Amino acid sequence: MALTAKFTKRLGKFRLQVDLAAESGAPLALLGASGSGKSVTLKCIAGILRPDSGRIALDGTVLFDSETHIDLPPQRRGVGFLFQQYALFPHMTVRQNIAAGARGLKGGERNRRVEALLARFRLTHAAERRPGQISGGEQQRAALARLLAAEPRAVLLDEPFSALDSFLRWQLEEELRETLAGFPGPALWVSHDLGEVRRNCPRVCVLEEGTSAPARDMGELLADPRTVGAARLTGCRNFAPVRRGTGSGTVEVPGWGLTLRAAGPWREGVTTLGVRPESLHPAAAGEENAFACEVVRVTEDIAAMLALLRPKGAAADAPTLWMALGKERWASLPDKKGLTVAVRPQDILLLTDSL
Amino acid sequence: MDWFPLYNSLRIAAVSTVLVFFAGVCAAYYVARMPRLVKGLLDAVLTLPLVLPPTVVGYLLLILLGPRRPVGAWVLERFGVRLTMTWWSAVFATVVVIFPLLYRTARGAFESFDETLAQAGATLGLSNTYIFWRVRMPVCRQGILAGTVLAFARALGEYGATSMLAGYTPGRTATISTTVYQLWRTGDDAMALRWVLVNLAISAAALLALNFLERREGGQKSWR
Repeated sequence: MALTAKFTKRLGKFRLQVDLAAESGAPLALLGASGSGKSVTLKCIAGILRPDSGRIALDGTVLFDSETHIDLPPQRRGVGFLFQQYALFPHMTVRQNIAAGARGLKGGERNRRVEALLARFRLTHAAERRPGQISGGEQQRAALARLLAAEPRAVLLDEPFSALDSFLRWQLEEELRETLAGFPGPALWVSHDLGEVRRNCPRVCVLEEGTSAPARDMGELLADPRTVGAARLTGCRNFAPVRRGTGSGTVEVPGWGLTLRAAGPWREGVTTLGVRPESLHPAAAGEENAFACEVVRVTEDIAAMLALLRPKGAAADAPTLWMALGKERWASLPDKKGLTVAVRPQDILLLTDSL
Repeated sequence: MDWFPLYNSLRIAAVSTVLVFFAGVCAAYYVARMPRLVKGLLDAVLTLPLVLPPTVVGYLLLILLGPRRPVGAWVLERFGVRLTMTWWSAVFATVVVIFPLLYRTARGAFESFDETLAQAGATLGLSNTYIFWRVRMPVCRQGILAGTVLAFARALGEYGATSMLAGYTPGRTATISTTVYQLWRTGDDAMALRWVLVNLAISAAALLALNFLERREGGQKSWR
């Protein structure tokens, strides 16, 4: 079973251009910064917004097709939507909310389904309470139960944890993962949180300023994000203009006055070099891609020290570099004012501005 | 004491409020989703009776419904019914005067309604009718209820347009407000005061009921 969506939608100056396919089995992540069009994408698939052109299909059922003028209303799409703030009906109890999702069923069968879902999502004790009287975690479970009560053929999750604090998030992620593992249809999981995506979705589709990139494996995306936007989304913090070097496999960063060796091939349109803060480390004797730096500032993070570095010989307006280093390793450094750091050739990311 | 004015005022207010409830909610729902320019224009037109003097409203209605005016003459000829000077003539006047009160409060309530609730309902397969009556209306209940009570209270106090359309015929078209005026004009101060007290009591009760409803609603929401 698969959900395919290829469409465009213009909203004022913003132009959304999406091409993705989610298979059943494991959720496909839609990763993007805020304002990149993630929510609009989901709303177009669910039928809440109408794309300008394109085609959306689910298991061979056409949900939207601008050419044949098919545009099923949300009611007939069979697409479940978990909203950011859950959108539980505030005047109904948890039981009534779930029953509203199961309205297609007859009395007895409906009651059985509602009871089963209440039990499965551990909501029996809260069945008679209203959404405003239960915890954030219970709200999420109630919204999931209500969604599944309608027996959707595909599920869309819009930032499912943005309304929760971080400890709850951790617990609920496990539950949501299990729920989705038991769901037979495709699922699309929208997030801006790399960790959340890494833990839950093996495949990722990056959405950058309204344009979606082809879906890739998570590990592959981290190793080679390809664009500056994707690199930013995957935790890269250091960027500098780059050009192709004269030696084979080398690149030049004029701002830093450096020539470095990169493992990846030079691609057409590369403008920027990216280095993750964790990829920088104090150079071992004789290590390649080593360069001397001045330490501008040091900040203590939870698990690491963050050092802001300026390469010796860098131009005045050249970008600085963040290095993240384990605290013990940092403490053992003899000189904390200046040090020679290195980056492995495979950790040098060669990036284009856009797709 | 002849209680007819009380009975007449209550039935005029009740009928008008029911009519305005449906018309106002309907108008509010559709105007709230109009593009901005049309919305501003319609809003001005629909709110106009709120700022016009009731006598102007009465005058305009007489131009339309009077026995020698187009609509009034047609109805008189076709059905043999005069649209003015009956108890229900006051309903025309009252409906126009109280419409903006309900329309505006309902529109405010609809505009602050969280649309994702309706969207969630649609993705769950709920019909638009169900979403309107079982989700949108109950969630906006407080605002709409407040507007309804306010409209009812105002309907009880309507004088200007009512007196022009229905006049003052004791036992036929007299309302509390027209009775008070007549009694005062004819120098029957004691009787006028009685009706004033009746009117005060009803209006106060309506507003207290409104407060009570709001507090109960508020209490439910803040409990966590």
